[in-house]
Amino acid sequence: MAGLPGGGDPPDGVVTQPSHAELARVVRECAGRLTASLVHLVGDFAAAEDLVQDAIEAALTHWPAEGIPDRPDAWLYTVARRRGLDVLRRESRYREKLALVAWPAEPEPDDRLRLIFTCCHPALPRAGQVALTLRVVCGLTTAQIARAFLIPESTVGQRITRAKRKISDAGIPYRIPPADELGARLAEVLAVIYLLFNEGYLCSGGRHAQSRDLTDEAEFLAALLDDLMPTEPEVAGLLALIRLHRARAAARFDQNSEIIQLQQQDRSLWDHDVIADAGRMIARAAAFRRPGPYQLQAAIVACHAEAERWEDTDWTQIVVLYDMLLYLAPSPVTRLHRAIALRYVTGPAAALREVEALADDLNGYHLFHATRAELLRDLGHPDQAQAADARALALTANPAQRSLLRQRLNWA
Amino acid sequence: MKYVLMFVETEQFAADLTAMGDAERDRAYARVQQWFAENYDKITHHARLMSPDAATTLRLDRGEPLVTDGPFVEGKEVVSGFTEIEVADLDEALRLAKSWPGCPVVEIRPMAS
Repeated sequence: MAGLPGGGDPPDGVVTQPSHAELARVVRECAGRLTASLVHLVGDFAAAEDLVQDAIEAALTHWPAEGIPDRPDAWLYTVARRRGLDVLRRESRYREKLALVAWPAEPEPDDRLRLIFTCCHPALPRAGQVALTLRVVCGLTTAQIARAFLIPESTVGQRITRAKRKISDAGIPYRIPPADELGARLAEVLAVIYLLFNEGYLCSGGRHAQSRDLTDEAEFLAALLDDLMPTEPEVAGLLALIRLHRARAAARFDQNSEIIQLQQQDRSLWDHDVIADAGRMIARAAAFRRPGPYQLQAAIVACHAEAERWEDTDWTQIVVLYDMLLYLAPSPVTRLHRAIALRYVTGPAAALREVEALADDLNGYHLFHATRAELLRDLGHPDQAQAADARALALTANPAQRSLLRQRLNWA
Repeated sequence: MKYVLMFVETEQFAADLTAMGDAERDRAYARVQQWFAENYDKITHHARLMSPDAATTLRLDRGEPLVTDGPFVEGKEVVSGFTEIEVADLDEALRLAKSWPGCPVVEIRPMAS
């Protein structure tokens, strides 16, 4: 029976032992709302965040054995509030604030938006934004964040402490930015979510069974943001992009956690409902006539996802989308991807010329060398191709990608 | 909250200012004057500094006080002035600093209360 710790009314019903995924989902659904309520209660972002973290730690101790309570939000709130009242009692304005304590504390939907914008304030370093967002909005513990990024727990703890201190010392406000600043600030939030997604996506091979999957957190955040900001097409674009990638996850790895390249993937394993839904989402976003990098990337991935067979891929359309993307957000990595698509439109020789032009910018990037290797192999230069593969291998840290490149070195 | 905006000049900025004709330089100064006029209600103090050539640095942590010529840190970017402001939060300080028409770098530092 999952009673409230330290007594109190036990909720009705007993739940069987929850799976890891259920735990993660429930905590994620509650964490942001709970923090938002407590910011109102204690009037301080950092203190509220500590209380929520304590409550989540308590939940992760009790729930696996006792089951998830019927009202997990009420359970978490009770634990956090009890601790919060102790904090408040030490304050002079205790009675005044106590009057505000009432359950249910149903915060406005905007409150989680405030949390997100505060966690992703540009005055915080990116690593701090990421750690804080995961903890505050997604309800990850410091240990879970450390495991997801393969970094020591003390490093994550330090990043959180510093970020929270900066919020209070530098006077970072707890609010949604005004209209004239919203564009730039939203871009910052989307960058954090995109980083989380990429990190999770690249590591999704051999991950620890008890880790929280960062792609789950990224999708949750993007969906939440899309819910709260339905008229921002770039938010919808990012959500569609994440879902399109995840829809193909089942086909990305073989039984040995080795990457299967797009061309060889079994497309019947893709989730075609999700792909169709993402396609509609992109069309809805496009109707706002405010194109942006995430919408364009989603459209590119949709071109791949909607092709029934590899041979059906609309490469001309993909090159056009890359041209638009380069116009909005020039980057050598995007030019590299455009060159990869160009190979199927104008052939490997033209593509290789494009790739070689990026040597100065991308010499330290494994995909640059891996792409060169493929093109050189196509053009009948196996020795040069093998040298390029070796360079790529030396540059990648991801085990699944290393293994793919190593295979290629073997049979090249 | 109280913040200090530290205005930082780069070598390029100083060179550009020197290369300007008188009329153009007057206009540049007028823009800065206007910024102060527009924001007078938030500015609690302002100081403009002479160039780092005029600086003298004293080190007190090496036994006898050590007097040296020049700023404590030599660099291509130098603090040329500072303004103390009182605003609601960092976002308001940022908005103010973004409209600054003078030198190209501004550091925003909260004052310890």
